[in-house]
Amino acid sequence: MRHLLSIADLDAQAANALLDTADRLEQTLLGRQVRKLPTLRGRTVVTVFYENSTRTRVSFEIAGKWMSADVINVSIGASSVGKGESLRDTALTLAAAGADCVVVRHPASGAAHRLARWLADTGVAVVNAGDGTHEHPTQALLDAQTLRQRLGDLAGRRVAVVGDVLHSRVARSNVLLLTLLGARVVLVAPPTLLPSGVGSWPVEVSHDLDAVLGGVDAVMMLRVQAERMHGGFFPTAREYAVGYGLNQRRLDLLPEHAPVLHPGPMLRGMEIGSTVADSERALVTDQVRNGVHLRMAVLYHLLAGEEAE
Amino acid sequence: MAPRSARAGAAGSGERELLVEADVARTIARMAHQIIEKTALDAPDAPHVVLLGIPTRGAPLARRLSAKIAEFTGVTIPTGTVDVTLYRDDLRRRPARPLEPTSLPAGGLDDALVVLVDDVLFSGRTVRAALDALRDHGRPAAVQLAVLIDRGHRELPIRADYVGKNVPTARSEEVSVRLAELDGADAVLLRRPDPRSSDTADPVGDGPSGDEAAGDTR
Repeated sequence: MRHLLSIADLDAQAANALLDTADRLEQTLLGRQVRKLPTLRGRTVVTVFYENSTRTRVSFEIAGKWMSADVINVSIGASSVGKGESLRDTALTLAAAGADCVVVRHPASGAAHRLARWLADTGVAVVNAGDGTHEHPTQALLDAQTLRQRLGDLAGRRVAVVGDVLHSRVARSNVLLLTLLGARVVLVAPPTLLPSGVGSWPVEVSHDLDAVLGGVDAVMMLRVQAERMHGGFFPTAREYAVGYGLNQRRLDLLPEHAPVLHPGPMLRGMEIGSTVADSERALVTDQVRNGVHLRMAVLYHLLAGEEAE
Repeated sequence: MAPRSARAGAAGSGERELLVEADVARTIARMAHQIIEKTALDAPDAPHVVLLGIPTRGAPLARRLSAKIAEFTGVTIPTGTVDVTLYRDDLRRRPARPLEPTSLPAGGLDDALVVLVDDVLFSGRTVRAALDALRDHGRPAAVQLAVLIDRGHRELPIRADYVGKNVPTARSEEVSVRLAELDGADAVLLRRPDPRSSDTADPVGDGPSGDEAAGDTR
């Protein structure tokens, strides 16, 4: 594995290898007072986030540090980007400065692929930590790991992905990965929040959340991405919550074994009710914890293997 | 990881059988006796002994040694496994390896007499990695090493306390331990490189500092 840019680049074997490595890492670190492995000593990981992030950025940083890599966070506001430096020049600067891996989040779809092409001759690995409305592969992987821990093998399972699919890179990566692992995905959203090409996706589509909830093994809620909305996608927040918010009444419609996932940050009262978010059925903190081990696994597979010739 | 033949026992062309099934059983029994004698694990003030196998083949070897020790003394010695992959010093010389399970006995390792168990002792680098891993899991009172085969060519000042069989080898040769639990039958094979094939060179170009057995056995 040279880069992790898109779930589409993985086959089932590669995806399962990452999930298995993450599980092993969790087991390895369980109960340790000192959570430090020497595996990536002498490797340098740089995170470059052109968009706000708490979980993803922190978990990449912790993942690198727990494996003894040197992790440097480039704060875009305080970097030369503010002086007008292009993404390409920033990337080449990081490579020249000695980065072995660049973890990038960017508002433009395809930015991570671009970066990987520009850095092709340098041997620097690129990890897509979210590019526009395109993909967020590590989020999908940690979601799959969280589901696997709760449900076992995902083959044949039915998972509902609910909310702002149109703007959600998490949804795109999850549809690809869940399908790859043999699960069936049903997208639940108002028509205005579904992408135009959704008919060609390997998914079911529904606009009726209540009708879907009784027949799924898990439900993934998506954040309503107001920052990407420049039009009237729904009349009011209240109306959205009534139609597509996961409240206590809807939680009761779910089969008892079915967990609730949310990539965070949660908009309580909008797509998820506070009582649901705080219930034992919600695996939000499990997702964050798994995120660290999963990102350790990604860095391990990218940086601990054979050196590029 | 290179796929391994499930065929065990009968040596193929270029292979010599160092130990057959009965030899392996006898060797493990002898090693169990040596461990009993050296650690005095059946004495009234016996130390807390733990057998830790290094995956892949060290794990079943540790379980077999424990079973033999129980048979000879009535004392049940806890076993576990310790994966050393994350502690190896050759990670960047080959593709990323899958991680193996680590499972420590319930009592942990603090103040225990830990006997590390592996199939082949070669460069000593795997054992060095295991010692680093142990340090992160606790503070054993002492650490000893038991290996089924010592094939020489050490690159570090490491020696085994219990050796099933010393086998003089050339660096280019490959020692392959087969165990019933994983390979269908017990045997130890020595494979000479085929002079006509081009794969006689060390796959990672670093001599034994790859896998101890020079075949990808873990």
